[in-house]
Amino acid sequence: MPTAQELKERIEKALPGAKAEVEDLTGGGDHFRAEVVSDRFQGLTRIEQHRLVYDVFGAEIGGPIHALSLKTSPPQGTS
Amino acid sequence: MTNEKIREFIQKAIDENRVMLFMKGTPEQPACGFSMRTSGALNELGVQYAALDILPDPRIRQELSAISNWPTIPQLFVDGELIGGCDIVTEMYETGELAERLGVPQPQAEPEAPTVDAPQSAPLGIENRLS
Repeated sequence: MPTAQELKERIEKALPGAKAEVEDLTGGGDHFRAEVVSDRFQGLTRIEQHRLVYDVFGAEIGGPIHALSLKTSPPQGTS
Repeated sequence: MTNEKIREFIQKAIDENRVMLFMKGTPEQPACGFSMRTSGALNELGVQYAALDILPDPRIRQELSAISNWPTIPQLFVDGELIGGCDIVTEMYETGELAERLGVPQPQAEPEAPTVDAPQSAPLGIENRLS
């Protein structure tokens, strides 16, 4: 069962320089919420930003990770 | 019903309905909180939309995600283009971007918590059209 800390580390590893805050919404290791700030998001639509994060987990989304709610943005003051 | 036919049906629904929502359950009876919030936002805006319940056959979700390259449900399409799931739709609802995209006025009331009002259109019945 994934933990919020694991998800945070995997996002930050896959998107170098990114800052991720991940919360386990139910404590059950399957519903998470993540806020991710990365300069990789610069100039991308929300769809494209979220896809970058979803792609880190592939088929685990909808599987072991039942839900991953996302809020993404480029770093403040650079958008 | 082959997977191919299901995929064609989904693509047709996206092409033929300007505002097309794929969800769990129906706007009247959403089967998931994320689907409820997303259809709720559309209901608040008073926009006409078509909705399709993906639950009756697991292949609907499988084929939909293959078309959209998006892993989760709900999925909202406008003018044939994927807008997003619950997070993006909720965020765009709150900022007024969704109203702008749909060409309707932003409701004056508190936009934070879309409630589930009566939907503006009947959901598509996939069980009728896929059988």
